[in-house]
Amino acid sequence: MILGKLHIMLKTLNKLFLDLKPQFEKGGKYQTLYPLYEAFDSFLFSTTKSTSSAPHVRDAVDLKRIMITVIIALIPCTLMALWNTGYQANQVLTEVGMMPEGWRGAIMQMIGVNPGSIISNMAHGALYFVPIYLVTVIAGSIWEALFNLIRGHEFSEAYLVTSLLLPLTLPPTIPLWQVAVGASFGVIFAKEVFGGVGKNFMNPALASRAFIYFAYPAQMTGDKVWTAVDGVSSATPLTALPQADPANPLANLDYSWFQAFIGTIPGSMGETSTLACLLGAALLLVTGIASWRIMLSMLIGAVITAICFNLVPEPANPLYALPVHYHLVFGGFAFGLVFMATDPVSAAQTQTGQWLYGILIGFLVIFIRVANPAYPESVMLAILLGNVFAPLFDYFVVRANIRRRIVRNG
Amino acid sequence: MAESNKELLVRSVFKRNPIALLVLGICSALAVTGQMSTALVMSICVTLVTAFSSLTISIVRYQIPNTVRIGLQILVIATLVILVDQILQAFYYELSKQLSIFVGLIITNCIVMGRAEGFAMSNPPIPSFIDGIGNGLGYSFILMSVALVRELFGSGSIFGYEILATVNNGGWYVPNGMLVLPASGFFLIALLIWLIRTYDPEQQESQ
Repeated sequence: MILGKLHIMLKTLNKLFLDLKPQFEKGGKYQTLYPLYEAFDSFLFSTTKSTSSAPHVRDAVDLKRIMITVIIALIPCTLMALWNTGYQANQVLTEVGMMPEGWRGAIMQMIGVNPGSIISNMAHGALYFVPIYLVTVIAGSIWEALFNLIRGHEFSEAYLVTSLLLPLTLPPTIPLWQVAVGASFGVIFAKEVFGGVGKNFMNPALASRAFIYFAYPAQMTGDKVWTAVDGVSSATPLTALPQADPANPLANLDYSWFQAFIGTIPGSMGETSTLACLLGAALLLVTGIASWRIMLSMLIGAVITAICFNLVPEPANPLYALPVHYHLVFGGFAFGLVFMATDPVSAAQTQTGQWLYGILIGFLVIFIRVANPAYPESVMLAILLGNVFAPLFDYFVVRANIRRRIVRNG
Repeated sequence: MAESNKELLVRSVFKRNPIALLVLGICSALAVTGQMSTALVMSICVTLVTAFSSLTISIVRYQIPNTVRIGLQILVIATLVILVDQILQAFYYELSKQLSIFVGLIITNCIVMGRAEGFAMSNPPIPSFIDGIGNGLGYSFILMSVALVRELFGSGSIFGYEILATVNNGGWYVPNGMLVLPASGFFLIALLIWLIRTYDPEQQESQ
């Protein structure tokens, strides 16, 4: 019965869209709004277009499916972001016996603050994550829509991924207007000025984060921003380490390796859990959407660089002696490796290029992190720099190939 | 050149802006645009140096041997720059300290050289002088626009007077630290070039 009604409803809706179509096509009344029509139509129904000329390639994986797969791969990180944000806040609140302030406090009053309860943690986390996510989606979509309408481009699902990546890399306490400014910057300067989806040479989510990082450092760094409770300082491992004892950097650290691996430490919302990133990585690798070469080479680059630093004793800087396996679970390393560096648009395209690209990023992450404690979170900077170098790697790989073939074939 | 003196003066501000169309003189446009006051002094210095170097070079253009002309142009420009630098140090010591090395670096400013080589070497003194002023104004226009945005949104003030009360002074405005960094000049100049070329499509490079 219900299914039947739903079927009729969908049929009417589909008929409505088909009836409206001529109005939006070339020569129609609203032809400038065609991208908007197309976006809604293809969101609700499968495409009505069919290819009229050869070649006819039949493949189920299109841009839409790639983007949806990345979003599914991000689900573990997102759930962990919700839970951990709430968990960190609930823990502190329970310790001091307080309730959160403002509208969040009113809602948490009903649910109850309890770091042992999954529901309480998830709800509290959602009160921070969801507003940031919504602001990212709305701010970015407005710019996307504006550019698409002016240029007559069709809407793409790519922004759904960008808009989920960005909130996961932000601290829970970030003011919403800064999120809006950052998201706008990322969409305009990292993507639209270069021609829109697929033409950007930098990861737009990371460009947004970098903008907020440099524009409003007080809200992005330090030890006051990582726990969603006013005025509570909770240093992430990487902000705490430069002050540690150089001979034994891990002695006074509040978090074990296992905690950092699971992700129950303060940090950017979605980046703390290496385990959640690995679950996402598994899906991306099985479906072949992310490049295993980039992931592996970035890992190798980081491990070798960290070992090199371990071999050089440096009495003034405790980060030199940090064991390799800690480097891999601290900060955004795992998240950057799985989701950011492998972005198919801004990464290197050739196979050799991908190896060089990954190794460069891996090296830079550890190098910046260890050699310059002023930038404890170096993954963002390393990947952006890697993005800039990616076309260069590809260029030389292609040139080398052409030269080899000339030598071989005359 | 068939352009009248008035055209020479005006065309370089918008239609043939040395920064926006030729993308010359970027270095100082990034370095001194953090505050409007330094940008203004720099603009005046560059305008004067460009105008007088063009004038001087145009006067002696028939005496300059072609093979050593770049060296002689540099000589004239360097003399003028040292003059400007000394005047600043004598009368506006604080400002000259803020501008530090960048006044000296006007010698290497591509706009000054560009006008000397590209216009003054083949035109009479008066049009050369006016062309120098015009290019200086074009440079100033971009510099002041970038500095306006950078100082207003980066520090909440204009010429040092507080317009947006910043959080540090008990106000509401959170300054954008990105705009204090010289790299933000790249974004702003890019935006300006985008704006100008959208308004005047003739300036767009052919595909």
